[in-house]
Amino acid sequence: MISFHYARASCVGEALQEVAGDANAKFIAGGTNLIDLMKMDVERPTKVIDITRLPLKRVERTPGGGLRIGALVRNTDLAYHPLVEQRYPVLADAIMAGASQQLRNMASTGGNLLQRTRCAYFYDIATPCNKREPGSGCSAIEGQNRMHAILGGSEACIATHPSDMCVALAMLDAKVHVGSASGDRVIAFADFHRLPGDTPQRDTHLNAGEIITAVELPPKGFATNYTYLKIRDRLSYAFALVSVAVGLELDGDTIKEGRFALGGVAHKPWRDPQAEAVLRGQPAHAATFARAAGVVLRDARGYAHNTFKIDLARRCIVRALTQAACGTPQSQSAKKIV
Amino acid sequence: MINTPVDTKDTEFPISRQPTHSELVARGVTLPIAAGLSSRAAAPPSIGSASPEVVSVSLTVNGTLHALMLDTRTTILDLLREHLDLTGTKKGCDQGQCGACTVLIDGRRVNSCLTFAVMYDGAQITTIEGLATKGTLHPLQQAFIDHDAFQCGYCTPGQICSAVGLISEGRAKTADDIRELMSGNLCRCGAYGNILAAIAQAMRRA
Ligand SMILES: Cc1cc2nc3c(=O)[nH]c(=O)nc-3n(C[C@H](O)[C@H](O)[C@H](O)COP(=O)(O)OP(=O)(O)OC[C@H]3O[C@@H](n4cnc5c(N)ncnc54)[C@H](O)[C@@H]3O)c2cc1C
Ligand code: SF4
Ligand code: FES
Ligand code: FES
Repeated sequence: MISFHYARASCVGEALQEVAGDANAKFIAGGTNLIDLMKMDVERPTKVIDITRLPLKRVERTPGGGLRIGALVRNTDLAYHPLVEQRYPVLADAIMAGASQQLRNMASTGGNLLQRTRCAYFYDIATPCNKREPGSGCSAIEGQNRMHAILGGSEACIATHPSDMCVALAMLDAKVHVGSASGDRVIAFADFHRLPGDTPQRDTHLNAGEIITAVELPPKGFATNYTYLKIRDRLSYAFALVSVAVGLELDGDTIKEGRFALGGVAHKPWRDPQAEAVLRGQPAHAATFARAAGVVLRDARGYAHNTFKIDLARRCIVRALTQAACGTPQSQSAKKIV
Repeated sequence: MINTPVDTKDTEFPISRQPTHSELVARGVTLPIAAGLSSRAAAPPSIGSASPEVVSVSLTVNGTLHALMLDTRTTILDLLREHLDLTGTKKGCDQGQCGACTVLIDGRRVNSCLTFAVMYDGAQITTIEGLATKGTLHPLQQAFIDHDAFQCGYCTPGQICSAVGLISEGRAKTADDIRELMSGNLCRCGAYGNILAAIAQAMRRA
């Protein structure tokens, strides 16, 4: 790790002032991703701006009936918040499916959105990686790519976004509130993370000098028919091979609205309006779910070690939609598959 | 969980044999030796390593207040082990992947390897050394002995601190809950069955 100057901000204005014009400055919140990457020399900030004292630690109702989550709300506090448990249980479950309790006790809402890929080559500074060093090549496409993307990848990068929380936020149509010296803006969740294209060094559409201040949830939480299903190499404390966040609104046996987002399969949480359209007005049965899975995976592409993910994703989607329709969400504790 | 192909050895040299260091210690200053900071051959030259940034930090550890001058890079794990000689807290992976370094900060269990000490100025830290009171073991320490909940013991301080956090969170109701909420603590000896029994005993008596 290179040495760095430490700055502590007490308000958003101060944080923005500290970061202004300094391309080598980084905010730090929980530190669970940044410190790890700094130890590996992947991130080399010369200035680290501590934002943990900013007053962005509240979960509040919005006038419109939604919820506003401060960027510094810890993952555990968010998952255990009564309003989240009652109204957005899919979000609580997705958070609890990620990392460990120690890490969730540290990790922040904003930091979770901005955590970087777990591609092993990205972490290994001795290997080429376009995300870490643009133009150096992608070691994964011809290398070990078991954990990598099957949707939306490019010739330059096939990394996946590792977050569980973000998969639920994508399904819920969350919004990201951002502040900067030139004013505030709101980014729809679907437009927050990006596909790698030929600039995989950029994970999101957040600009230099911008800070996440909050994540906003719309009123609709799908608290009756939902699930977060996560499939991984062991039952806990492992990143997703494939995960699915589902929210259904049912009228008897008929799907009024059906949404699902996939994790572990792309450079961003993956939603597909065309696949969701297949669900609308249809009976909530396995045949409907399989058709939707076929649509979302129509362009899926596997590499040497991850082709299994295409079939795995298909089965996960059907299972997750079935769990949601039956009102029997995946238990994040017992993991019993219903 | 990723397994990065890079070696994850501590990049800070053991510093106790450096005379300059002891001189600094005598003055209450503890610094890593700058030359030891970029030991990985493949790393590009480290821009800042020639001049470590030093800051003052005060922390209460197991009830004792410590005022220290620290390199900004110092993690709480290294602070405990290298600066305060509290070696009960273990370094397993140094990357948040094993839980051996678990301590309680302001009552919450965290991975001390992923914390910069300077960020926790003013915090209260409890380590395995701070759990027993006046010669009486903490109920979890006793439960680990009663249930033979370890073999080599390397993961044990982290397991016990993590379990203290688990019990105060009050969320675990079943054995499955304990397993899930303790999944951040790996045990290479595989003492999981007995660890579970020990925690369940302490939970019943809490
Ligand atoms: C061993 C291990 C296992 C894990 N397993 C999982 C898992 O299974 N599922 C999962 O989802 N996650 C997992 N994680 C990742 C974890 O969820 C993230 O590391 C965490 O959410 C990051 O949050 P943080 O606050 O610690 O971020 P930090 O490390 O503090 O910051 C991350 C990045 O975000 C930037 N940043 C932080 N806050 C802001 C802000 N408000 N505005 C602008 N920029 C900001 C920082 O500059 C930095 O670049 C795991 C991590 C570890 C170490
Ligand atoms: S997949 Fe992306 S992150 Fe991984 S080596 Fe290729 S360019 Fe780097
Ligand atoms: S040393 Fe392994 S989690 Fe900290
Ligand atoms: S007792 Fe040896 S690692 Fe757990």
